[in-house]
Amino acid sequence: MAEKLVIIGAGMASGRMLEHLFEAEPGRYEVTLFGAEPRGNYNRIMLSPVLAGEKRYEDIVTHDADWYAANNVHCRFGQTVTKIDRQAKSVFADGVETPYDRLVIATGSAPFILPIPGKDLPGVRAFRDLDDVEAMVAVAGKPDAKAVVIGGGLLGLEAAAALRGRGMEVVVLHLAGHLMERQLDAAAGYLLRRELEGRGIKVHCKAQTKAILGTDRVEAVALDDGTIYPADLVVMAAGIRPETRLATDAGIEINRGIVVSDAMVTSDPDILALGECVEHKGAVYGLVAPLYDMAKVAAKTLTGAEAAFKPVQTATQLKVTGVSLYSAGDFAEADDREEIVLRDATAGVYKRVVLKDNRILGAVLYGDTADGSWFFDLLKRSTDIAPMRDTLIYGQSYGGGASADPLAAVAALPAEAEICGCNGVCKGTIANAITSKGLTSLDDVRAHTKASASCGSCTGLVEKLLMATLGDSYNPAAIQPMCPCTELGHDEVRRLIVAQELKSIPAVMQELGWKTSCGCAKCRPALNYYLVANWPGEYEDDGQSRFINERVHANIQKDGTYSVVPRMFGGLTTANELRAIADVADKFEVPTIKVTGGQRIDLLGIKKEDLPAVWADLNKAGMMSGAAYAKGLRTVKTCVGSDWCRFGTQDSTGLGVRIEKFMWGSWTPAKLKLAVSGCPRNCAEATCKDIGVICIDSGYEIHFGGAAGLDIKGTEVLCHAKTEDEAMEIIAALTQLYREQGRYLERIYKWAKRVGSDSIKANVVEDLAKRRQLFERFVYSQKFAQVDPWEERVNGRDAHEFAAMADFQMLQAAE
Amino acid sequence: MNDWVDIGCLEDVPRRGARCIKTPLGKIAVFRTADDKVFAIDDQCPHKGGPLSQGIVHGAQVTCPLHNWVFSLETGVAQGADEGAVRTYPLRLHQDRILIDAQSFAAATAA
Ligand SMILES: Cc1cc2nc3c(=O)[nH]c(=O)nc-3n(C[C@H](O)[C@H](O)[C@H](O)COP(=O)(O)OP(=O)(O)OC[C@H]3O[C@@H](n4cnc5c(N)ncnc54)[C@H](O)[C@@H]3O)c2cc1C
Ligand code: HEM
Ligand code: SF4
Ligand code: SF4
Ligand code: FES
Repeated sequence: MAEKLVIIGAGMASGRMLEHLFEAEPGRYEVTLFGAEPRGNYNRIMLSPVLAGEKRYEDIVTHDADWYAANNVHCRFGQTVTKIDRQAKSVFADGVETPYDRLVIATGSAPFILPIPGKDLPGVRAFRDLDDVEAMVAVAGKPDAKAVVIGGGLLGLEAAAALRGRGMEVVVLHLAGHLMERQLDAAAGYLLRRELEGRGIKVHCKAQTKAILGTDRVEAVALDDGTIYPADLVVMAAGIRPETRLATDAGIEINRGIVVSDAMVTSDPDILALGECVEHKGAVYGLVAPLYDMAKVAAKTLTGAEAAFKPVQTATQLKVTGVSLYSAGDFAEADDREEIVLRDATAGVYKRVVLKDNRILGAVLYGDTADGSWFFDLLKRSTDIAPMRDTLIYGQSYGGGASADPLAAVAALPAEAEICGCNGVCKGTIANAITSKGLTSLDDVRAHTKASASCGSCTGLVEKLLMATLGDSYNPAAIQPMCPCTELGHDEVRRLIVAQELKSIPAVMQELGWKTSCGCAKCRPALNYYLVANWPGEYEDDGQSRFINERVHANIQKDGTYSVVPRMFGGLTTANELRAIADVADKFEVPTIKVTGGQRIDLLGIKKEDLPAVWADLNKAGMMSGAAYAKGLRTVKTCVGSDWCRFGTQDSTGLGVRIEKFMWGSWTPAKLKLAVSGCPRNCAEATCKDIGVICIDSGYEIHFGGAAGLDIKGTEVLCHAKTEDEAMEIIAALTQLYREQGRYLERIYKWAKRVGSDSIKANVVEDLAKRRQLFERFVYSQKFAQVDPWEERVNGRDAHEFAAMADFQMLQAAE
Repeated sequence: MNDWVDIGCLEDVPRRGARCIKTPLGKIAVFRTADDKVFAIDDQCPHKGGPLSQGIVHGAQVTCPLHNWVFSLETGVAQGADEGAVRTYPLRLHQDRILIDAQSFAAATAA
């Protein structure tokens, strides 16, 4: 008599296993197949095209009624197994007991449902089976329906693209900083986001979902940051968990999944398990390729043959029509690894291959994935790629050995090939202009043909064309690159950030062809500043790209302690403030209290973990950060002026306080220090400041470009202002111009020398409309900049910065 | 022998950032890179003692906050023209928990 084989779960893994089993030993088992879904085995991964309306359910069925009949399978679909009785060797479903000789658990995964209020409201769906798809399609059919997808991984994005394709308004909420962070690096994540946004999908990264709102059914989703998105449908795609409940209850060994041996046998020798519900050698799998290998092994084990499952590398592709993306292996960075990066900004292509000892460890491809399987094959075989290393990144078709000479590539382009997309200039036009007009430089080409004169992303091509046409006589003007990660200089980068509306560091690195995947300590702070300065309110400051002082809002000292300098507007203080400072000094045993040259008080030697408590006390007395650490507005020094001084012509103290209250919080390319003196005796030393004001009877003389550090330089007079208001407007406009043009770490006097004071005066003094616009841009950016960073941190922001992660001192002492 | 001790979860350390753990030998800096690899090295720059945990993390390297020496997180060795190295400590990532080999710093105390 045939042995009784019972299978729990009619999914992808069990279906494949049965095929192998019936092929090897057709009549050996009498099979009973339980499935919680009211249908047989189908190709679950094709649910995405079904949701998108590109396929029908009938197209994705893998095993139909005829097949089950031919193989004598007792189908128990729509029946959930609720118990395994290992003593009696039977399973229970709908109260009916079914005995087994061998049992196979293939229960797959359960979607992870965020434990938040509202998760059980009608309209909240996972994306796991056909019922989910049908429910989503029903909502999508209503006019103006809105969907919120929680989770920007593979599943969530396939759902989002499909629902958007059906005309829904779609928002994707994602916890991490970029989409599909498990499979993609930040650069590819950026490209993917751009593509999805281009289709009208809103992507919200770093989103902490707080609650799902609604009374009878879902109405909206609320985030921790207060954002609320209306929703008729919420798709939970935040992850999956191996479905192990039956096994747990039956006392079978489980860890993350049901623990199986190489032969797919559980801790009970009569019970096998396979698919997403199992854990093998500590790994669980969520893609079908390894599950198919498991199916082969399990079928062999059931026939008594020997077989062992070997862990495999997996590769991922996103099944969204029109998006090509491929990721395989391990693409983390490490010292003994090298990376080869190829970016083609115009075509939206990004390729990165990670190597160790001339072998491929991982690959991420976006935009052009034709070579994905080739790279994956080299990876799996651990092929030594040394012989083709130079051309590897160009793909298999290059493998013939032709050298990847970029010049040759440009030379090979036909004359009608478009070089400059913005201005529609083709290669022939440029080459003709170069020879017929005798052009010799990039600027010449820009002037005569407009090529590369707009967004500039074709600059590299134009230069190569110059080289190819002129040969050795072409001598490109040497631009000092920002850092070894790029060939572009600071000015080019800034120009392109504006022209191409680049609004994140990964966007800049991708579009401008950065040579590293994550930048370096030179370019990251600079890019962060440029983005903060250009996109106030839109760009989200990247703390990890700031130097430590700006990250923790205090100055690091040589022994690793910090100094704390509260703001004293215009150098004024009060008895209360001084008392609070004295109390802080006592309470935290501050070793040194010093009066700074910036007319305020410095508390030195504060331990990092004490910073938030120190700030809390200073905040309570009404004081805020003095930004003594910032590439931004530091101090406005003043003298006592007409309030007290017998020579004073204007209220210099009042003006200084007003300027500082207006300008604090602003970020600038380098530090910015101001001073206001009440008369030309200049007690506030305004004529060696970045910006200085000398009060005179007829108003205010505004100075700029002083220095008193490594270099000493007196200021230059910018202009004369009649009123305080006019002086304020000029100072803000000047600062804004500097913010927009200054290179990172370039002080005002160096910037002025580079661009020329005439051009500064033209913008800030002579052209009143321009001055006004600069002023308004400054005012706008201050709306977002004037947040006291100390108060934010007293209230818990970046708490991880100030506490140790673990403390082993006590532990050891106790031993 | 290894003595793996749980020191916290991956999310406790910011990407491209670091946290410290305190040991009888002084602080050890635990780094997390952009792609979620973790490393542990002494939190003391061999140049003039700068706290490396406070530096900017790029790739699998950190730049010291005091005078910009660059160290490999993997080997602890200074990069470029600078010469020096910091001690590294074995770390393990088990699911999302970070484990450190407590033997590695205990042994050094005994020695
Ligand atoms: C929308 C979507 C897209 C995907 N795209 C891809 C892709 O592109 N590439 C890729 O490799 N993978 C993809 N996957 C993952 C892939 O589908 C799974 O890895 C695979 O289906 C897992 O197979 P399985 O047999 O382990 O589990 P499943 O196929 O989930 O089968 C398990 C079955 O067991 C049933 N069951 C559970 N408990 C019980 C019980 N107590 N009693 C009876 N029945 C029970 C379940 O209802 C289910 O039908 C995708 C998944 C989804 C949902
Ligand atoms: C490259 C050059 C410079 C470096 C590296 C530098 C560094 C520093 C540092 C580290 C501090 C903070 C001290 C603390 O922690 O409290 C500081 C404060 C200060 N520096 Fe400099 N400095 C430079 C140039 C200058 C120049 C040119 C001036 C004056 C013209 C100056 C005037 C001050 C003043 C007044 C303070 C007090 C802080 C305040 O009140 O905001 N520094 N400087
Ligand atoms: S600058 Fe003039 S007004 Fe100010 S304190 Fe000196 S003398 Fe008095
Ligand atoms: S002058 Fe400035 S940088 Fe130099 S030791 Fe003094 S505080 Fe430090
Ligand atoms: S202390 Fe680290 S570089 Fe000087």
